[in-house]
Amino acid sequence: MSNPLEDMEKPDVIFCIGTNMTECHPVAATRLKRALAGGAKLIVADPRKIRLADISDVYLPLRVGSDVALLLGMGHVIVRDGLENTGFVEERTTNFEAVRDHLRQVDMGWVSEITGLPAADVERAARLYAGAERGALYYTLGITEHICGVDNVQSLCNLVLLTGHIGREGTGINPMRGQDNIQGAGDCGALPNNYAGFQPVDDPANQQKFKELYGREVSLERGMTKVTALERCGESVFGMIIDGENTLVSDPDRHHCERALKSLDHLVVIDIFLTETGELADVVLPATAWGETDGVCSNTERRVQRLRAAVPPAGESKPDWWIVSQIAQRLNIDGFEYESARDVFNELCAVSPIYNGLDWERIAEGEYHWPVPDKDHAGTPILHQGEFKNGRGILTVVSYRDPAETISAEYPVWLTTGRRLESYHTRTQTGRAQGIDYLLPEELLEIHPDDVATYGLEDGGWAKMASPRGEVIIRVRATDRSPPGTVFSSFAFDDVPVNVLTGSGYDPITHTAEMKVCPVRIEAAEAP
Amino acid sequence: MADRYTINLDGSDVAFADGETLYEIAERHRKEVPTLCYDPRLEAFGACRLCVVELEGARNPVASCTTLATPGMTVRTGTDKVERYRKTLLELVASENREIDVDPLAGHASQELKALVDRYEARTGRFQGRQSGASREDDANPFILRDYDLCISCNRCVRVCAEREGDYAISVKGRGFDTQITTEFSGPLEDSDCTFCGQCVHTCPTGALADRKALRHADVPGEIEKTRTICPYCGVGCSVDIMTKDDRIVGVQPAMDGPANLGALCVKGQFAYDFVQHEERLKTPLVRGDDGVLRPASWDDALDRAAEGFRRVERKHGPAAIFGVASGRAPHEAAYAMQKLMRAGWGLNHIDNCSRA
Ligand code: SF4
Ligand code: SF4
Ligand code: FES
Repeated sequence: MSNPLEDMEKPDVIFCIGTNMTECHPVAATRLKRALAGGAKLIVADPRKIRLADISDVYLPLRVGSDVALLLGMGHVIVRDGLENTGFVEERTTNFEAVRDHLRQVDMGWVSEITGLPAADVERAARLYAGAERGALYYTLGITEHICGVDNVQSLCNLVLLTGHIGREGTGINPMRGQDNIQGAGDCGALPNNYAGFQPVDDPANQQKFKELYGREVSLERGMTKVTALERCGESVFGMIIDGENTLVSDPDRHHCERALKSLDHLVVIDIFLTETGELADVVLPATAWGETDGVCSNTERRVQRLRAAVPPAGESKPDWWIVSQIAQRLNIDGFEYESARDVFNELCAVSPIYNGLDWERIAEGEYHWPVPDKDHAGTPILHQGEFKNGRGILTVVSYRDPAETISAEYPVWLTTGRRLESYHTRTQTGRAQGIDYLLPEELLEIHPDDVATYGLEDGGWAKMASPRGEVIIRVRATDRSPPGTVFSSFAFDDVPVNVLTGSGYDPITHTAEMKVCPVRIEAAEAP
Repeated sequence: MADRYTINLDGSDVAFADGETLYEIAERHRKEVPTLCYDPRLEAFGACRLCVVELEGARNPVASCTTLATPGMTVRTGTDKVERYRKTLLELVASENREIDVDPLAGHASQELKALVDRYEARTGRFQGRQSGASREDDANPFILRDYDLCISCNRCVRVCAEREGDYAISVKGRGFDTQITTEFSGPLEDSDCTFCGQCVHTCPTGALADRKALRHADVPGEIEKTRTICPYCGVGCSVDIMTKDDRIVGVQPAMDGPANLGALCVKGQFAYDFVQHEERLKTPLVRGDDGVLRPASWDDALDRAAEGFRRVERKHGPAAIFGVASGRAPHEAAYAMQKLMRAGWGLNHIDNCSRA
């Protein structure tokens, strides 16, 4: 997030796109609701009539995967009606002319056709956001989990740069992270393109720096992404170590994923439970869980906070860093003589410019947002104040593309997936919490009552849902939260492995899977 | 104009900021003014009147939580008169409540009434002892116990739901101690807009709303200890206190001073903690035998096997054949160590995390 969570109470216009915040980030949503209570206006763009839509001023139920078209339409209205923030555009951006000319050519009739939205609603949203004193934008996986995820984010950046809603209190472009430390995994350099602290691996200066630190020259070439690695299992990838991820259930196209992991010569899994993925491993190593582990995490607003152990480890389980270090030592790799989580974290701080001002003791109260370049620095709650990291903000010409697969006679319904309030990811945790079943006993296919009738289903009955990659049997829930022609489910339950269906495509740059769009066929089925 | 921003508080001139209430000023000066319907996160409500103070020029004591300071006020917070008044109020409350001594696992604020009744020696003795009959036993939800026999109509639950959560799942009619609580609660919470965030539970000063899940551990012997940490679920990063008794996790309470959440939590952070000490936890390393079966092994054997496998892969297929996936749910140290293993170990950037799914 460019801005801290507390800023959520400060905008006068909030634009939420592809984020089911009340379910996925409930406590952040409480702040948003307080902004609304204080008079802020809310624009919500989401194919499903999520709770946020109920409290919005402008609701844009766009067709799944048509975000770029919507954002082009909003951009068009902004340049057509001269609503851009001229001062900001001149002082802080580049490439305005090209983007303006591109946006001018956008036809609102076309926008309407692609998104399924009335042009008047798109215009209203554009005017509201552009006209705000402090406009803030929030998004989640509904933006990134598409083959055009990068285009989506780029289109949002364009809106922000055109209107100047960035670098000030109560504004910004704010992705909400879905997992407690996914931000941290990136901060720490668990990325194929960056060392810790987002230092690019293809910069020779960084190569030299880490050669001195790690005692070995690391390739200047970016590594492969996990998606590529899974594709190459058994061809060029033969050994894998996976920490704390139930790849098999959480990743798209489960059958492909299972084949991939089975074709490895050597698979090591570190986890707190024996997951479906662990069942395929050669060695499974038990990690200490939350509540048993001292450590550090970064939240979605770049706040660096301490995790503390409250109880002793289960059985013989050990902290992840200890396990990895032990493997490294047995491979005679230097630099893994850590004695505590504190040692590891302090090394991270020392090698990452954005963490240089931090150490284990300083983050005890969690008041710092990175970057914290030195010990006298108070942290950076708001990014991009005065200047962008690389000087000017670059406006980009973005064009719309259809999703990897579109609906057809054979697969006439859009399936979109996501999380629910009560469950989390693959339920290895929430599924084992007493009481959660009371609220969410099983997976449900949310489907519009008209579609229930069209496909001969019954509310509470069962449906067979198929994509070109597989099929699942799932219980039907009639609800007008799903628009006609689009159905929704989560991927939380192993007995309804919805991710056998998904995985039609990947963003060519980030390799993020298109989890949000998958054409399917639905018919009535017997109870499983 | 020095007096423009000062009042006289128990004989000393003290400064205040525009918009501060008498209670806030007194609190800042550690006056220990008792409260029941007050929660610093909520709009002041002024219902319980325990926070009364004497204000020069006013005929009756005023509720300090709702009275804004104006320059030149003279305020006394602990005179015999207000202390007697407070004691009487507490005796009234104590006599109406079936149970004063609620278990601290009931909730974050659950000891407030008990502490005040003890401080003012306001137990009447007439209605003591354990009695059965929680007033909403029919609400079978596993998280929130609703025992309105203990309710004092402070409205904190209703206000936290509306003001902090924006959910308006519950409501109370009337005000003051005479009012019986009437609520939309007439059905079970599950049928309301309730999201089971637990916020009402943790602001309730009497245990009328209580953490049913934590109370299952009320009989576990030992002192409750709290450990401050961060919720293990989404990226908001809410601060929580893990409640333990003798190495057993017995509950979670919101950290009211948590920087990301300011005391708020959702159902996952509040109630989904018991995966940690679940019987299905992996307790020893497992190694696949020649027969293809995963079996428990010692750490030494398992780590040797793990390392040896990578050495074999490297020998046969080269370093580019090895890939690491870090977790988005483990702490920094896990991800940092994993990326270092890949880079320092094999000189390649074959490392990613699970953010792509
Ligand atoms: S249930 Fe608790 S918080 Fe709610 S009004 Fe009664 S005493 Fe106050
Ligand atoms: S309590 Fe809820 S909102 Fe807060 S971090 Fe946990 S899951 Fe996220
Ligand atoms: S605390 Fe002031 S009236 Fe209740």
